Amino acid sequence: MEPNDRLSLDAWANPSSSCNGLPRKMSLENPSFTNFNLQQQEQKWDDTSILNYGIRIEPPFLEFNQASESEYLLSSTCNNQPKVLDQEDGLNNEALQTSKSLDWDPRTMLNNLSFLEQKIHHLQDLVHLIVGRKGQALGGHDQLVTQQQQLITADLTSIIVQLISTAGSLLPSVKHKLSTGPPNGQLGELLFPPLAGMNCVPQPQHGSGSVAVQPQCVTGSKVSDQCNQMDVTGSFGTEQNLSIEEHEMKEEEDADEGENLPPGSYDILQLEKEEILAPHTHFCTICGKGFKRDANLRMHMRGHGDEYKTPAALAKPNKESSSEPVIIKRYSCPFAGCKRNKDHKKFQPLKTILCVKNHYKRTHCDKSYICSRCNTKKFSVMADLKTHEKHCGKDKWLCSCGTTFSRKDKLFGHIALFQGHTPAIPLEETKGPSVSCDKMDGNEASNKSGNINFSFGSNAGSGAQNIIEVKEDGDDPASYFSPLSFDTCNFGGFHEFPRPTFDDSESSFSFLEAP
Amino acid sequence: MKRQKTLETNANNGNLFDLLSEEIVFTILDFIDTNPLDRKSFSLVCKSFYIIESKHRKNLTPLRQEHLPRILNRYPHVNHLDLSLCPRINDNSLNVISNTCKDSLNSIDLSKSRFFSYNGLMSLALNCKNLVSIDLSNATELRDSAAAAVAEAKNLERLWLGRCKLITDMGIGCIAVGCKKLRLISLKWCISVSDLGVGLIAVKCKEIRSLDLSYLPITNKCLPSILKLQHLEDIVLEGCFGIDDDSLAALKHGCQSMKALDISSCQHISHVGLSSLISGAGSLQQLTLAYACPVTLALANSLNRLSMLQSVKLDGCAVTSAGLTAIGNWCISLSELSLSKCLGVTDEGLSSLVTKNKDLKKLDITCCRKITGVSIAYITNSCTNLTSLRMESCTLVPSEAFVLIGQRCQFLEELDLTDNEIDDEGLKSISRCSNLSSLKLGICLNISDEGLSHVGMKCTKLTELDLYRSAGISDMGIIAISRGCPGLEMINMSYCIDITDRSLLSLSKCSRLNTFESRGCPLITSLGLAAIAVGCRQLIKLDIKKCHNIGDAAMLPLAHFSQNLRQITVSYSSVTDLGLLALASISCLQSMTVLHLKGLTPSGLAAAVLACGGLTKVKLHLYFKSLLPQPLFEHLEARGCVFEWRDKEFQAELDPKCYKFQWEDIAQ
Repeated sequence: MEPNDRLSLDAWANPSSSCNGLPRKMSLENPSFTNFNLQQQEQKWDDTSILNYGIRIEPPFLEFNQASESEYLLSSTCNNQPKVLDQEDGLNNEALQTSKSLDWDPRTMLNNLSFLEQKIHHLQDLVHLIVGRKGQALGGHDQLVTQQQQLITADLTSIIVQLISTAGSLLPSVKHKLSTGPPNGQLGELLFPPLAGMNCVPQPQHGSGSVAVQPQCVTGSKVSDQCNQMDVTGSFGTEQNLSIEEHEMKEEEDADEGENLPPGSYDILQLEKEEILAPHTHFCTICGKGFKRDANLRMHMRGHGDEYKTPAALAKPNKESSSEPVIIKRYSCPFAGCKRNKDHKKFQPLKTILCVKNHYKRTHCDKSYICSRCNTKKFSVMADLKTHEKHCGKDKWLCSCGTTFSRKDKLFGHIALFQGHTPAIPLEETKGPSVSCDKMDGNEASNKSGNINFSFGSNAGSGAQNIIEVKEDGDDPASYFSPLSFDTCNFGGFHEFPRPTFDDSESSFSFLEAP
Repeated sequence: MKRQKTLETNANNGNLFDLLSEEIVFTILDFIDTNPLDRKSFSLVCKSFYIIESKHRKNLTPLRQEHLPRILNRYPHVNHLDLSLCPRINDNSLNVISNTCKDSLNSIDLSKSRFFSYNGLMSLALNCKNLVSIDLSNATELRDSAAAAVAEAKNLERLWLGRCKLITDMGIGCIAVGCKKLRLISLKWCISVSDLGVGLIAVKCKEIRSLDLSYLPITNKCLPSILKLQHLEDIVLEGCFGIDDDSLAALKHGCQSMKALDISSCQHISHVGLSSLISGAGSLQQLTLAYACPVTLALANSLNRLSMLQSVKLDGCAVTSAGLTAIGNWCISLSELSLSKCLGVTDEGLSSLVTKNKDLKKLDITCCRKITGVSIAYITNSCTNLTSLRMESCTLVPSEAFVLIGQRCQFLEELDLTDNEIDDEGLKSISRCSNLSSLKLGICLNISDEGLSHVGMKCTKLTELDLYRSAGISDMGIIAISRGCPGLEMINMSYCIDITDRSLLSLSKCSRLNTFESRGCPLITSLGLAAIAVGCRQLIKLDIKKCHNIGDAAMLPLAHFSQNLRQITVSYSSVTDLGLLALASISCLQSMTVLHLKGLTPSGLAAAVLACGGLTKVKLHLYFKSLLPQPLFEHLEARGCVFEWRDKEFQAELDPKCYKFQWEDIAQ
């Protein structure tokens, strides 16, 4: 297998394992849930399902891909392919991305799709189980039901994201063959139904026909549990609102420290690493382009046809669940052992998805952004770097307690507030005068000695000891200049000497040393 | 001198001093503090006197830093060290001081010294724990690090940092945090200090009594915290251009404890801002508004609640009669009023003001050119307790008015009549003011020896006499003064061209004379000046510019006897190399003006300035700059000497009568 493929497989391998981890963690918290649900699931997964699925699914997909390779086409409204690719594939590593953009590999696609199928099957089983259980125990297990919903939501979200990135990898190859084959609406529809559900935009053109064609049960699982879909919508709706205020929310992660919701009064959602690190959360249902903000997506959608230009389509989507009692949602960090992870003893939930993103990047990711000015400060969140760069290299106002301030008034406010803190004078400044004072000592000594005998040696290195060391001053009046014995003839030749600077005391006396 | 003799005889005869305890001798010594020579004589009597004097001395004003180790050892109980005569004080000297004086030192004046840095200050602050007062004015090279060193003096109460231009908010912040006991701080001309530093002083140093913020780039931001200081009594905001009416209007209330306020030259403060600044300051006693807002009725009305106001200074303001009248109505207990150089002072305004303030002690109406004899009549009529009257250049006041001054204001101690129409009659009348100590009669062309003789006969307490360009004065007048006023300390008879050596011979009897100016007196010779040198041992300042007949013959006795001489001007005289070299042996000599000396050679000058170790300022003709080697100047500058170069042509003297007219032309 090509190295590229291996990389892509690795990239896919991680999500699968973490997806497995999710239900496991959930189940640990709720033993009752484990009893009837997880055992079966694990058993299935561990025993045969991986191998079975892998073997069983691969051939048809391969066929499908090969068969349709020449016919692959997207509707003509897709006009942003290269860009889409770049933006969407942040999920995978760079090598993979570049290789894809250069050359699309059907085998990678196949791997991805087979994996997706696995996941969907897994989800299907889970939902079946829930449906079956619902019949048995009516009511009384509301909490359990919510947790199951969460579980399914998380899985679905992950599937959707992966599906989209897979679809995105197709785009450049599609572009090359745009003119060769007849339009194939089915394929486009095949790729996008989940997106339609996710964005909650009514999509009449993706009718039942698309469902029929779909070989896998993405739609099936969606239909089977309406509640799940609602959940997805809800959570994404929240994020859409928040992402608009992205900049104001930077401090959110810290700000919610004080929040003290009693445990159980809110739903805990835990996104996976890949979801957290995904660059985009809003995707165009037509061309697959990803956006950070839904407002941007709506702007983009206008290009896809007049129906997206109606005020209703352009309006900010309202929360549909506003009439129902809103369930407070909090987020958990997927990193085990983190204080923000729901398994932590002193678990402190994160308020929003943005908080999750920033928290995860700041705490559990490499700090890959390095300040270009100081080359020392590193950041994992771009916004943090930008904030730092605004102030980097500017005067630092330092307090004796070690705190630095970018603004002098802030330092003085700090000093006014605390007892015993003083402004700290920069070190370079304290060095300056000591040097000049040293030079002055040189002058001093020369003043006192005779006309000829100037010794500067005694002053060497006295700068550092100035505070404690008191030099013996030549107090003898006899050593002063005797005015009348002054040899005035000496002055004749002085003009030849270059004019030294005043600071340079040694050279200023050189005229007296002249023979 | 008499007292000194008796002391000596007592000691010789019966060792009476052995019977006295040290404390009693100390008390006696307290009384001979006025003249440093007396103390010197005392200490030279015998060993025990020497020791007693050493123990008694508290204040020291050394001349050279080289002698510091020895004199500090001799005087172990010195607590005030005035180094203003030492132009050069380096870190080593400060180390010596701090290690020798230790805790006994509580005050040090470094205002005229240079070449020390934060190292020396740090040593001072760490070793002298009882240091209460430091004067660092003019230390233009000190930076924040030095301020941080000062901040180590935790017991500091008074600190002057005038003209420390490189000290910023950071340094002031250190001082504010370190010196919590500060009562006085002067930040005049510390142009790098802003609201933040001043605000921090106000926040951290709650004991502040006196705050000088002149010419700081501060705005209203620091004012609220300053006005909250509980003990603030004296605040100077001179030339704070950043403070304006709008910002002052926001102040809720002024400072209740404020006693003195100075907002001179604050161009952006009008009566509106002033009234909000002084609202609530009911105990304000002194208000200085020099060169500030116009003194109108509105401004005067804002003073209406200041019942304690004693001193108002409005120098250089535009003044209206209505304003002056209103001030007279509101402030009836004024003891000091200054209207010097005010435009718009008329007889009407001034007379209505002075009739209300009968207790006025000091009045300054310098250059109020519109007032006439009417004002003088009112002033002398109501303010009979005047001790100081300055009325230079009140040109419309007729000679008769000065008779009134002598008749009615007999408590006058200080009288400035420069450039007035006073004549001998007036002088005769003024001689009744028997307490007169300072009399200025410069450019009074109508006075003669006769009038001055009256002053000489009656004003026995006269210490200061200015006869600059009063050309009618000759030897007779001066002789009368020197006979009648033995306490004369300062005399200026420049351009009194008729003065001869006779005057100088008689003046040599005034042993306290310390300032002698006789510019442009062509008749005086070396002989007269030699007599002055012998007789007036305390001579500090000597100006013999354009006395062509004074030469080296006077310089030799001067160098020998006038060991206190600090400042000398010998331009245009006949002094040569020899005389200048002789002068160089005066160890106190700091300032020398040597222009247009025909007999001076470059090498002679070089020898003289090199030999004179204490020089801080030398004025020379530009001509010498090229003739002397640059390293010489650099060497001297490193010693603390500043050179000033003049490029004036040789000037012939004008006729004294012409001078005034020429001067008036310029003034108009």
